[in-house]
Amino acid sequence: MHLKVNGDVHDVDAPDHWTLLEVLRYRLGLTGSKQGCDKGDCGACTVLVDGEPMISCLILAREAEGREIVTIEGLWPLHLARGGEGPDPVQDAFDRYGALQCGFCQSGMILSARALLDRTPSPTDEEIARALSGNLCRCTGYTQILQAVQSIVARARGVEPPRRSWEAANVGRQAGER
Amino acid sequence: MASRDIHGIDAPWGAFRHVGRDLRKVDGLAKATGAAMYTDDIALPGMLHAKTLRSPHAHARIRSIDAADALRLAGVHAVITGEHLPVTYGILPWTQDETALAVGKVRFVGEPVAAVAAVDEDAANAALKLIRVEYEPLHAYLDPFESLARHDPPIHEGRKDGNVSKHVHLAFGDVDAALAEADVVIEDDYVFHGTTHAAIEPHCAVGHYGADGVLTVWSSTQITHYVHRALARVLDVPAHRIRVIQPCLGGAFGGKSDPFSLEFVVAKLAMTTGRPVKMLYTREEVFYTHRGRHPMHMRYRTGATREGRLVGVDATIVIDGGAYSSYGLVTTYYAGQLLTGPYAFATYRFDSTRAFTNKPPCGPKRGHGSVQPRFAFEVQLDELASTLEIDPIEIRRRNLLGEHTTTVNGQRITSNGFARCLDVVEHASNWKTRHGQLPFGRGMGVAGSMYISGTNYPIYPNPMPQAAVQLKIDRSGLVTVFTGANDIGQGSNSIAQYLVAEELGLALDQVRVVSADTDLCPVDLGAYSSRETFMVGNALIDACRKVRPLVVRAVADHWQVDPSRVRFVDGVVVELDDPPLQPAGVAVGGEARPGASPPDAAAGRRWMTAAEAFQLAEARFDTLGATGAYNTPTLGGDYRGGTIGAAPAYSFTAHVVEVSVDVETGRITCEKVWIAHDCGRALNPMLVAGQMEGSAYMGVAEALMEAHGVNRFGLHAGPSLLDYRIPTTVDTPELAALIVESLDPEGPYGAKEAGEGPLHPAIPAISNAVFDAVGIRLKHLPFTPGKVLAALRARKDAAAGTPAPALAGGAR
Ligand code: FES
Ligand code: FES
Repeated sequence: MHLKVNGDVHDVDAPDHWTLLEVLRYRLGLTGSKQGCDKGDCGACTVLVDGEPMISCLILAREAEGREIVTIEGLWPLHLARGGEGPDPVQDAFDRYGALQCGFCQSGMILSARALLDRTPSPTDEEIARALSGNLCRCTGYTQILQAVQSIVARARGVEPPRRSWEAANVGRQAGER
Repeated sequence: MASRDIHGIDAPWGAFRHVGRDLRKVDGLAKATGAAMYTDDIALPGMLHAKTLRSPHAHARIRSIDAADALRLAGVHAVITGEHLPVTYGILPWTQDETALAVGKVRFVGEPVAAVAAVDEDAANAALKLIRVEYEPLHAYLDPFESLARHDPPIHEGRKDGNVSKHVHLAFGDVDAALAEADVVIEDDYVFHGTTHAAIEPHCAVGHYGADGVLTVWSSTQITHYVHRALARVLDVPAHRIRVIQPCLGGAFGGKSDPFSLEFVVAKLAMTTGRPVKMLYTREEVFYTHRGRHPMHMRYRTGATREGRLVGVDATIVIDGGAYSSYGLVTTYYAGQLLTGPYAFATYRFDSTRAFTNKPPCGPKRGHGSVQPRFAFEVQLDELASTLEIDPIEIRRRNLLGEHTTTVNGQRITSNGFARCLDVVEHASNWKTRHGQLPFGRGMGVAGSMYISGTNYPIYPNPMPQAAVQLKIDRSGLVTVFTGANDIGQGSNSIAQYLVAEELGLALDQVRVVSADTDLCPVDLGAYSSRETFMVGNALIDACRKVRPLVVRAVADHWQVDPSRVRFVDGVVVELDDPPLQPAGVAVGGEARPGASPPDAAAGRRWMTAAEAFQLAEARFDTLGATGAYNTPTLGGDYRGGTIGAAPAYSFTAHVVEVSVDVETGRITCEKVWIAHDCGRALNPMLVAGQMEGSAYMGVAEALMEAHGVNRFGLHAGPSLLDYRIPTTVDTPELAALIVESLDPEGPYGAKEAGEGPLHPAIPAISNAVFDAVGIRLKHLPFTPGKVLAALRARKDAAAGTPAPALAGGAR
């Protein structure tokens, strides 16, 4: 079968029952898409198919033929190709906001966020939370993930992102501490 | 000799350059771009795939196993059973009761019985279906009280005490006399259900056996060192011919801190076939592998004076351990030992018994052994407050343990920011104007806790360092840190980078970290007991302080100045004025980098890059490097078990939560959690906040959503991430992380743990908030709508049957 992934067309040979996730990971070596459940429950395997976030463990690889697939590995090169600098702003914001703990959920999370921002450049906090609600994260409690996406939106609106609880409070610091 | 030096809490070069800032993680962008390699991302040439055949019975003898047909199947390379891996293991040296594959009998549904290596997963799965196992079912014990009452047939043969996994009874002071004299005694039963870790990455291992006899195992483990030891024991390969590597890890929370069947199986199959072998657990297998939070049935009696001062606490706890010991011996102690702060107990007694049952084995989950008693006690304390008509925060203040003191069970307490944690959550939540004053159906609750920051007792007793590191200092200006520490997402590799850069005065990108590879890194005991930052941090500072004077001296001699005039700042070495007053040119917030114009060039002072300084030192003193180590001081009460629960420092937490309760549906919504946590010093506040938020989120979920249970056949009630409900973005309350810093005298720059403590108070605080909202006391977890409705009905019935208005603590 022929799969177009991150701009390249690959000629792959895989059993008919293999999912897109399996082909990406175990045939094309694109291991950035993770498998957390293989049942459509966790969202770790999310990729973009024609710009829409899709659960790649629930799509047969064959069904993805002729469609544009973007995986987490594709974001940074795509950003560079469009004249951007550094990693995709979503990737960068996740890093700057502490959103990446174990990182296992993050390729899916970042792609879901990317798809939202491509669709709705200035989403509300609620829209952000809803767009990411199909991606389970067990580490972060989501707060820093949501803040990361909110920071991109704030920047696009030209306003300062809200201060985070520990920055705003700073209550516990002893006198004389920075 | 492992260092027991106290390194102090001050910045090494006058002002902190990295510590205390919200820095990026060392591996953040690798994770964000999909480049980070996790265990299942490894593919080796010729690699086979392995699958496990699991028991369908909760308790049965294995009569026979016939794998002949499976072995004949095309693509199948090997089948192994318990007879190929008969040596027992277990995380604790005293309770080695597991085998990689069942030997003779099975003790829970899902227990590994046989394993197949085949050319791909499909062939392996097909082969599993052809393995014929004949079982003789035995009575299955699914209730801990039953397994304590009878043990014929026993779950584990040959034990003197039937199905008792561990029993601990400890008393401090005369509890009976204290309770007899107390003005008020609250007595009640509390139930903590089981929960599991549900890390998003399933367990995975890859084994490789070289013709040179070296066995390499990559595993999603949080305890590389113990896996190394267990592999040597079970496979009978000398430890020096085994290499264990933990690749990037997709979450653990205690669920990857035992040696697991798959690690032995891939190793054995690789040795048998001469091919690399991978095994990846399915999500269902992860649920059966479990090692999650122990269900506990707890009876507490707490006595206090009229003023609310605690005079005695008496606890009886029955723990459902599941089929194997795992960490259960420690759990049984922790269930009592870790309750003795942040409040001073005048007298205390606990009796805890862990029972084996025919269920997936329980083990350590975030807040090991102490989350359950904390729930019971903090709810009881709240009841005491309402009975005595004392504000719930106030009653906690009246019982503060304080700093630099000793608990009733002999644990040394040093830094203690709990009083400030209470102040902070009280203030941030506007407690004074809101608690007890919100409309019916809305309420606020408080709870506190204390947790160990590392444990002073290594899992196997030995006098060697608990944490050790090695530094390689390169003439390029790069320092490579080798540490056995397991970064499980909490950021221990990042902390290592920040500390070494701080200590040696380097820019962050001049420090790279190699971790959790037993061939390359000195032994660290692993990511458990919240020990990494505290212990590895101290070991890193120790190593840096051995090598730093050499570099400084080389520069000082080169400039012919006193060493005190040499200062490292972000990778640039500058000469200070004589005498040095200020860290010259150190502008806080600056981004000085080697290669950039140095801060003092304009002033005409001498300077060089760190690389040049390293070269001078290397020319003078030979190859540069250092080792560093940490061991805890001798700690613990002077009685059997007194060292269990002893830690070089303790963290403290207070939560206030706000809930709303829908009295029609019984549904509780946790609206917001204010989390104040004393982490000593926040080395990176953003990472500390991430731990606090992640902990609180997990606690809220345990209270309201999650339940790990089995049905009457011992089958898991819902082994999927759909049925085992973990919160999504829209189920998670607003979380406010409020960092409190007590600057611990022994922590690295004063730091303590942040990864486990902040989970504890969430659960009782929710129960206490529900009381404030609708006047019911929830004592059985999880707080399902059914339980809420039943309690509301009971309260209504009681009110109807009572002519007088409710007594103290009653409805409003
Ligand atoms: S792996 Fe696809 S949703 Fe979990
Ligand atoms: S960062 Fe670990 S699961 Fe999200």
